[in-house]
Amino acid sequence: MNSTEPDQISEKLPASPQGVNLILRYAAIGVVITGIIILFAYTAGWLTPRTLTPARMVDRFEQVNEKHSGFRRNHTKGVCISGWFDSNGQGVSLSKAIVFQPGRVPVIGRFALAVGQPYAVDSGHTVRSMALLFKLPNGEEWRTGMNNIPVFAVNSAQGFYDLLLAAKPDSATGKPDPTKMNAFLLKHPESAKALQLIRNQPVSSGFADSAYNSLDAFRFINITGMSVPVRWAMVPVQSFQPNITSPAEMADTNYLFDALIANIHSHPLKWHLMITLGQPGDTTGDATLPWPPDREQVDVGTLTINDVESEDTSPARDINFDPLVLPNGIIGSDDPLLSARSAAYSQSFTHREGEQKTPSAVSPAETGK
Amino acid sequence: MTNNPAQFALLSRILHWLMAAMLLAMLFIGVAMVASLGNYRWLVAIHRPLGILILILAAIRLVNRMFTTLPPFPPTMSQRERFLASASERLLYTLMFALPLVGWGMLSAGHYPIVMFGPVHLPAILPANPTLYAVLRKTHTILAYLLFFTFIAHLSAVLFHTLIIRDGLLNRMALWSTRSREKR
Repeated sequence: MNSTEPDQISEKLPASPQGVNLILRYAAIGVVITGIIILFAYTAGWLTPRTLTPARMVDRFEQVNEKHSGFRRNHTKGVCISGWFDSNGQGVSLSKAIVFQPGRVPVIGRFALAVGQPYAVDSGHTVRSMALLFKLPNGEEWRTGMNNIPVFAVNSAQGFYDLLLAAKPDSATGKPDPTKMNAFLLKHPESAKALQLIRNQPVSSGFADSAYNSLDAFRFINITGMSVPVRWAMVPVQSFQPNITSPAEMADTNYLFDALIANIHSHPLKWHLMITLGQPGDTTGDATLPWPPDREQVDVGTLTINDVESEDTSPARDINFDPLVLPNGIIGSDDPLLSARSAAYSQSFTHREGEQKTPSAVSPAETGK
Repeated sequence: MTNNPAQFALLSRILHWLMAAMLLAMLFIGVAMVASLGNYRWLVAIHRPLGILILILAAIRLVNRMFTTLPPFPPTMSQRERFLASASERLLYTLMFALPLVGWGMLSAGHYPIVMFGPVHLPAILPANPTLYAVLRKTHTILAYLLFFTFIAHLSAVLFHTLIIRDGLLNRMALWSTRSREKR
């Protein structure tokens, strides 16, 4: 390159560049530096403000529901629970996750309504959710959020983003604008089909007799490295009662939560963890599509919930039930909603943890009754 | 083969370039993952263990730095420039430790398991606490931008010396030995 003859570097510097040469050298530095900065800005999404990001997803929740300081942006109204999971060992051949070895692990979690308003009035037709954190003896965790619907209403983050706005209650009628909803369903035919399946499923009387489904598909990896696509569900031991609400119950804005609290106080509630095994050809990447009903199901153990606590005092309030916090032996499938949920939950979590906490609708006085 | 007094020690040079690549990759992974719904899952899965690897290498690098002699600054550097170079070196070392530690602490405070790979995970280094999480999460971002800014300043200075002043400043950190040329 240069023919420096050293001894004293200072005396042997090549001649300073002049004129065009100097300009070219400055230009080269400018190109490298601005190039890196532009690439960084592009990677950070600053140059593509219309792309759907976790921040924009959370903004949409705040746009539709307004901002409720300290609360989850979705499944906002809830109550915390705890208990344990007894594995019966039937899952060992399917997954090497130690949660499936025979024995008991502690569980904490949360029941919620899929609303964005923390003080929404309970309604039997609102989607109910069960979120759980299995604490495994080696320090691993399994977190899962499940809903009492057979399939999810959308199969992509964009679909969810669009649905949030389409389903926003009109300020005049208090119901979603039908023209907006119809436009959404035309754009997303998969959602039209899924919503039909959801409407056709009989709704139970409350949290205790609901079955909760993972909706997204995952993969179990066993000790030999064999991988099988799965969906899971918590199926209640409590017998199914149809969703009929008496006028007396309706007067209680928290009637679903209060019934749950009374149930848990009278006796522990139980669910079977049922693993549905997918067959080759079953779609794992689309949460709006059910698997055929004849797929093999394995009962891998029993969840017992024996305690209920208000969000105001429970540590579960400050847990992000990220669906990709999984133990070794369970991995996410190709379902794009998994990564999107993980990213958006993280964003929501970061927002709410930095905000002033507001008391939960289901207060410690209520859970203590 | 070793000790050319005009160059950093070989281990120093290897650590420099290895960590330069890793830190730059981490900055890009970091800003990409917080802006991505679709790629978040695998970016965050790389971000965590790579951050811990950087923390380990930073510790090795600091020990190495304490026990090696540095090549002298070229005479083309003014006193003020030497001061700035030393200060930015201190800042870069601080950030190499602070960013992974704040990230680790932030996940601890956020009640997250600190998953590395497979069943391997790290213990929490801080108690779960919402406010602490929020503060550390913000700190992590601010420190990352500070690291990017410092990197740009560092790179600009080296390019200026190499291309405009042409004092061979980059040779001090070149992976190859520049000794033969100097002895010729």
